[in-house]
Amino acid sequence: MITLIVDYDAGNLRSVQRACHRVGLDAKITKDPWLVAKADKIIFPGVGTAESAMATLKRQGLDEALMEFFSSGKPLLGICLGLQIALEFSEEGNKQCLGFIPGACERFSFSDRSLKVPHIGWNELDIVQDHPILRSIQNKDEFYFVHSYFAHPQSEAHVFGRTNYGDVEFASVIGRENFFATQFHLEKSGELGLRLLAAFSAWNGD
Amino acid sequence: MLSKRIIGCLDVRNGNLAKSVKFVDTRDIGDPIEKAKQYYDDGLDELVFYDITASSEERDIMLDVVGKVARQVYIPFSVGGGIRSVSDARELLWAGAEKINLNSAAVRNPTIIAECAHAIGNQNTVLSMDISKVGANRDFPSGYEIVINGGRKRMGLDALEWALKGEDLGAGELVVNSIDADGTRDGYEITLTRMIAEAVSIPVIASGGAGKPEHLYEVLTEGCADAALVASMLHYDQYKVSELKTYLRDRGVKVRMRY
Repeated sequence: MITLIVDYDAGNLRSVQRACHRVGLDAKITKDPWLVAKADKIIFPGVGTAESAMATLKRQGLDEALMEFFSSGKPLLGICLGLQIALEFSEEGNKQCLGFIPGACERFSFSDRSLKVPHIGWNELDIVQDHPILRSIQNKDEFYFVHSYFAHPQSEAHVFGRTNYGDVEFASVIGRENFFATQFHLEKSGELGLRLLAAFSAWNGD
Repeated sequence: MLSKRIIGCLDVRNGNLAKSVKFVDTRDIGDPIEKAKQYYDDGLDELVFYDITASSEERDIMLDVVGKVARQVYIPFSVGGGIRSVSDARELLWAGAEKINLNSAAVRNPTIIAECAHAIGNQNTVLSMDISKVGANRDFPSGYEIVINGGRKRMGLDALEWALKGEDLGAGELVVNSIDADGTRDGYEITLTRMIAEAVSIPVIASGGAGKPEHLYEVLTEGCADAALVASMLHYDQYKVSELKTYLRDRGVKVRMRY
């Protein structure tokens, strides 16, 4: 079984890899589109902006490899930026993204200055739809977030969890078929984050 | 709703956990890796390691300690002390840190903040400020001055002005460390913390002076801090992280209780 973490120069992937090893998932880091398309499981993490991330993915041919992998039906996990660029559009530059899920990303914008952007810290996950991976945790468990943009899927059918920040109830867990993604960093969310990662490792994509 | 964070700070010297009072009289008090794991198991929200010597020969010891901690602790983990360049920052990230804390080097050369923010992301670039009270005057409108070299050198730089400049240059979070309160256990510098937290739009971490659970309550409410840094309170097993959290929750502060 080959599990690969996609490297597109968007942040430190070693913490994701360490967390994988901790739950017994022997994940390797790769930039090779051919390997990505052929893997058994893919983890697609990342921090930064969707615009530069999409540009890098296209340059490396990883966008098509990820789309090919998605259509194969095998388990695909997005983390943070990996969730955001799985939508169709990003607000920043209105770049066309991967489009696994219809919808776009928006930037947090508050008039109340006590609400800081980025949204950094531990926040609750409200589970709004059942998913095999989410059965490993409880409703209202907390996870670690660091982001300025949030996902806005067109259909509620693709939203599995929501999180409140200011007056926004943003989609913090989204998914469609064999794709599952969290806005929070499950590799930095303590034992409960590791539990989700272990559940992904056991998931067959159905 | 976002929780307030409790951040455990470990000063590391030569691979050992050290603790100073008002930045002098430093003593070794234990194994940082063991302590980090103990706090993690007890619900700590974030971990900071400060390399308080950071000479080049000790750098490798620190990288080794960082790597060992990163394999045991799956919460945000930042490292500070002696970071002078983007390559220092990258080396620490590669070893296992998530964020880096810039301090003295940023005061001497502010562009390092922008360089690190660009290279490793704003969210991973933390500006840590050591601050001393001087009383408001023409040179220091806020009444607080930036000091460096572990509190030994005054820089003639206004603390509020520096905080705003740090945010502008791309710091993702600020640590407000009061030199006057450091190690006293008399409570955080509330006025200073609040002044900076209200002026910037990035998260502020209060540091220096925690001695009792109510000090955390004060700085997270009245002081407007997003997170409270604790050191001695935990290191001598006087309080457990879970006790601090229970206290805060019972007083109506939102903290992460299940882990």
